[in-house]
Amino acid sequence: MDTRDTPEQAELRRAARRLVRELAPATVADLDDATRAKRLAVAVADAGWLELRSDGGGGEPLASGVETAIVADALGGAVADVAFAGPVLAADLARRAGCEAAGGDGGTVVAFDRALTAPAVVAGPATASELFAVDAGDDATAALVLVPDGSGHRLAQVPLARAEPSVEGRGTDLTRAVQNVPPGTAVHRVPGGRPLGADDLAAFTALGLALTSADLVGVMRGVLDLTVAYAAERRQYGVPIGSFQAVQHLLAEAHCLMEGSLSVALHASWAVDDLAPGEALAASRVAKAYCTRAARTVCETAIQVHGGIGNTWEHVAHVYLRRALLSSEWFGDDGVQLRALEAGRLGAGGGG
Amino acid sequence: MDYRDSPEEAAFRARLRAWVAENNPGLPPSSTDDEYWARQAEWHTALYDAGFFGLSWPKRYGGHELPPVFDVILDEELAAAGAPPRPSLGYLVQGITVHGSDEIKDRFLPGMISGRERWCQGFSEPDAGSDLAALRTTAVRDGDDFVIEGHKIWTSYSDVADWCFLLARTDPDVPKHRGLSAFAVSMHQPGVEQRPLRMINGITSEFGQVLFDGARVPAANMIGEPGEGWRIAMTIVSHEREPGELGYVARYTKTVKELERVLRADAAAYRSDQREAVAWAHVQTEMLRLHVCRRLSERLDGVEHGPGGSIDKLLMTWVEQAVGAAALTVAGPAAATDAEDVGLKIYLYGRAQSVMGGTSQIQKNIVATRILGLPTA
Repeated sequence: MDTRDTPEQAELRRAARRLVRELAPATVADLDDATRAKRLAVAVADAGWLELRSDGGGGEPLASGVETAIVADALGGAVADVAFAGPVLAADLARRAGCEAAGGDGGTVVAFDRALTAPAVVAGPATASELFAVDAGDDATAALVLVPDGSGHRLAQVPLARAEPSVEGRGTDLTRAVQNVPPGTAVHRVPGGRPLGADDLAAFTALGLALTSADLVGVMRGVLDLTVAYAAERRQYGVPIGSFQAVQHLLAEAHCLMEGSLSVALHASWAVDDLAPGEALAASRVAKAYCTRAARTVCETAIQVHGGIGNTWEHVAHVYLRRALLSSEWFGDDGVQLRALEAGRLGAGGGG
Repeated sequence: MDYRDSPEEAAFRARLRAWVAENNPGLPPSSTDDEYWARQAEWHTALYDAGFFGLSWPKRYGGHELPPVFDVILDEELAAAGAPPRPSLGYLVQGITVHGSDEIKDRFLPGMISGRERWCQGFSEPDAGSDLAALRTTAVRDGDDFVIEGHKIWTSYSDVADWCFLLARTDPDVPKHRGLSAFAVSMHQPGVEQRPLRMINGITSEFGQVLFDGARVPAANMIGEPGEGWRIAMTIVSHEREPGELGYVARYTKTVKELERVLRADAAAYRSDQREAVAWAHVQTEMLRLHVCRRLSERLDGVEHGPGGSIDKLLMTWVEQAVGAAALTVAGPAAATDAEDVGLKIYLYGRAQSVMGGTSQIQKNIVATRILGLPTA
């Protein structure tokens, strides 16, 4: 047992944080800078990060859940407005189904039903309800859905309309787009491949939970760095507000929550490829439940410590909170995870 | 990054699992029952004699010089078998290891580690809690001895201890942090009076106070140099804040497993909020187990423990109190009507975790100023 980064993992962690520090938005105004955002998207693609879960030979992914989560953590930490987990998860699903054509280039993501907890399952030739393509970048043209096939599922896809490029046109999260797929959209089977079984979907879900947990850890670290610096600088009563115990204790608590979250999220990212699918899924549910509750508290603390300015649209603090809200809901929030863990550990529920 | 056992770790785990299956004394939980404390010494020596205690400590003193992560395996296996947790005295071992002379280490570490000599920690006083350096117990030189006068309180295990790791003032004329020294004081002598304290959950065997009135300690039993007491105390309390040192993960895991067993046995009798409280206690306990894995792995780099222990102490406190809250929630109305209810006792015992080893408020001060670098007022 040795939970430290390997030298390669440590280098990836440094490189990823360096890259996003240079190109990610530092202010809300930066979100409107399309040139910068495009450079960030190109840098992420050039780094090969969108292909981390594509077939690296023999059906194995190019990189493990650990490396993939390291990138997710770095992007969350800088509220990087670039698609990553969406295309990477599509590539992972396509690899598991043996459909090499789909995913890996940013053009394909995964469509979810309204709950955002699992890939949408579509039985007919067209979608029956509204679907949501999460983390679909400007280049995204299609989203994967599942079609029942015997005891498993096969892959199909739905086309995506061109994304609306303005900040205001995005959803809650100002850094990652959620594109709506209207009911009645035609569904096209993805040719080739094999049916996805329960284990495939469990492992895929474990990756989704590990990546959203890693993103939340990054968001917590990023917003805390920002907030601790502000508390040391902002003066009231002639002294920095960070010298007051009332403020110190809020920040200390938030820092501990971030550390605990890192410990569970690292394990979940390792579990994706190194534990059996059911165990990996349980590990990732533990991580997501913890990280979701922690991130909510940490982001709320950040806004509180920023005071009035933290409640303005112009200040970047809410960009972190908004990103945390999407990462929390995507693949299910703490309540969803706790109920799933209960069902697995305690059996069927009893009275109300 | 790899959470799997190495071949050596797997072999150790298998050996340990087989031994625990045969030798689990089946004690009641430490937090609720005096019987646990009555038989804790027996469990300590059994664990030690079988080669499963003091895993990372020097062989010279009875340890095994294994990497610190072996303690994770020990905690996991004890919890899985429902066995009692390992004795929590690593912080005293660290205090002596870091600060004691070779003579002191040779004299005291083997008995401490084997459990054949029992120890308590004489730090807090009625007027020196968070402000520990204000302590007033004195040690005055008299020939080859020091003579001790003073009153220690919140002293765990004082009723069974053979020795007290005592912090006393040896120089009243220097600033308060510089006038303290540490001693190994025999508890078996005139001038030492032990009085038990009853905790809020009713147990009487863990907590106590000790009155020193003319007790004597040979000068040779001073641990470290004269005036080194504060630094020694800080070494000890920083280790006392580390769940990896304490082995509490096993206790929490065992409690959660027991709560899950109760819920599974009669699923229809419990509400969804009770189930959720137990699931959350499981999440919290897993977090701490994995956090300890991470911390003990970091020690492979030779990472020095420091203010980070305060982070771990706060996380551990939240876990203990989440587990306690789950126990209380599962107990339901029984906790309000039956003073002997186990869930009630576990919950009440957990309130101490945010006080012992430095209050949560002190830990937050440390995290804020020494880790986050926030300015002091």
